[in-house]
Amino acid sequence: MGEGEGRPPRPGRRCGWRAAAGLVAALASAQPAAPAGAPGRVVSINLCTDQLAMMLAAPGQLVSVSSMARDPRMSAMVAEAAEHHVNHGGAEAVFRLDPDLVLAGRHTTRATVRLLRRLGVPVEEFAPARDFDDVRANIARVGAALGREGAAEALVAEFDARLAALRAEAGRAPEAALYYANSFTAGAESLAGHILAAAGLSNIAPQGGVLPLERLIMRAPELVVRGARYPGGSRAEEVLAHPALRALLAGRPAAPLADADWVCGTPHLLRAVGRLRDARETLE
Amino acid sequence: MTRHALLLATLALVMLGLFAASLLIGPAGLGVGESLAALFRGEGRAETLVMREIRLPRAGLAVFVGAALGLSGAALQGYLRNPLAEPGLIGVTGAAGLGAVVAIQTGLSAALALALPGMALIAAVLAVLLLLGLAGPRGGAFTLILAGIAISAFTSALTALVLNLSPNPFAATEMMFWLMGSLADRSMTHLALAAPFVVLGAAMLIPLGRGLDALTLGEDAAEALGIGLSRLRLMLVLGVAASVGAATAVTGAVGFVGLVVPHLLRPLTGAQPSRLLVASGLGGAAMVLMADIAVRLIAPERDLKLGVLTALVGAPFFLHLIWRTRREGV
Repeated sequence: MGEGEGRPPRPGRRCGWRAAAGLVAALASAQPAAPAGAPGRVVSINLCTDQLAMMLAAPGQLVSVSSMARDPRMSAMVAEAAEHHVNHGGAEAVFRLDPDLVLAGRHTTRATVRLLRRLGVPVEEFAPARDFDDVRANIARVGAALGREGAAEALVAEFDARLAALRAEAGRAPEAALYYANSFTAGAESLAGHILAAAGLSNIAPQGGVLPLERLIMRAPELVVRGARYPGGSRAEEVLAHPALRALLAGRPAAPLADADWVCGTPHLLRAVGRLRDARETLE
Repeated sequence: MTRHALLLATLALVMLGLFAASLLIGPAGLGVGESLAALFRGEGRAETLVMREIRLPRAGLAVFVGAALGLSGAALQGYLRNPLAEPGLIGVTGAAGLGAVVAIQTGLSAALALALPGMALIAAVLAVLLLLGLAGPRGGAFTLILAGIAISAFTSALTALVLNLSPNPFAATEMMFWLMGSLADRSMTHLALAAPFVVLGAAMLIPLGRGLDALTLGEDAAEALGIGLSRLRLMLVLGVAASVGAATAVTGAVGFVGLVVPHLLRPLTGAQPSRLLVASGLGGAAMVLMADIAVRLIAPERDLKLGVLTALVGAPFFLHLIWRTRREGV
């Protein structure tokens, strides 16, 4: 377990010198922990709400993020997460953090959410973003839930400006494929599909689902964006290094991997768009 | 003898036909002429990759894996004089899968390619030795199956444990593959890893025919005929472990092939285990090729697992065998 585990002290309670030092620091910066009427102790138990909350919360307002936020393979904000206490998403541990608000994913932690609500903890659930409108909507919702609407509006405006700059010129749309473990691909109506489209690439499998390796080889797209591989190895990921795929890609400029920037609907996905655009330009 | 030769020739022809069919069927939808031109003359870059790097290893692995399972099943049934002996049912396949999972999860197989079949083989040897130790050399049906169930349950629990503890997010879904087996997207690398061990195992098992024939008369009679039983046993253990271990390491556990094939062929070979060995190897190859073709025809986009089909055919057959065994009071 890393540092920052265990229960973070609640401001105003006597929890030894560390809490006192924190209190002094908070007073010194003369910044309120949270706007009036907004929840003062927010806990996030979902990788994507972790990142939105870390971007939007007032100092001290976000008490804990999920342990996944510290995994560099999934989280685009590892450094920020290291500054926060982490939880493993268990209802009991989250309840002990004494939150005023819990941010959760809609699909992954139903039982935990149900239990927390029965214990009287307010929970806001967020569906994973499937397109850029969802990204904007989720930013606005997290902002509203934290009482940080201004910060959310600024973040959305920055997102739109950067996206517009990346999208700038339209030209030839080279064919590209997204290829993940177990031969899965992401269709046009997925977040990854929208990232691909924003970079000016055309998805060869707009319906998504399984893309048999044979079809990928026959179609021979100009760019194949493969899922990043995880430690420990698995049979599922072996297809990403299949000799036939390696032969297809041999001698081509390397395509970026679908890494942590692709996972969540946050402004970090623009970094993925940027790398894809650079890769597209090397194709011209 | 001529009748036996005819049977072997027929089985070989069936296998070759299925091998060709396996090469010509796939989601890329290539025409026959196109496929053959790509396979033999390398016409068309993408077509050649599909034929030589995807379909050829797939069909080749089906042959080697099927042969390994069929031959091992026939050899085990002959040695134990028990119709229920089968690499999957008695836990050898499960143990080999465990060895392979450990090799992959510890990163050993990435560092040293031979570690994958090697670990599977070692685990399979241990499982066979444990089984023979528990069930005794005569291997009564009851103790054999009980010991096999215990070993299977233990190895699948350990496999699940290793996968649960893995940092890899896909590890949890890997269980499906190791329990049911699949030939999807295997490569020449896998074929090159498994085939030598399967051949080695077959080279150890096929010469055991004479000894297995003598064993049908009982152990004393076999020894009187000059059969070295301890050597026979050692060769059997190593032969089964090498072929089943290597096959399982690259395709997962494909069940029931070693059970069904020897039974289907026994009426055609007479009661001689020696004749059943090669025939079962060919028959096993044909059965796995058939199952793998069916997998691609039934649900081409779903990666239906190979073991699902062999179990759908094999399990009712197994129940029928148990029913008959009970009636005959064996």
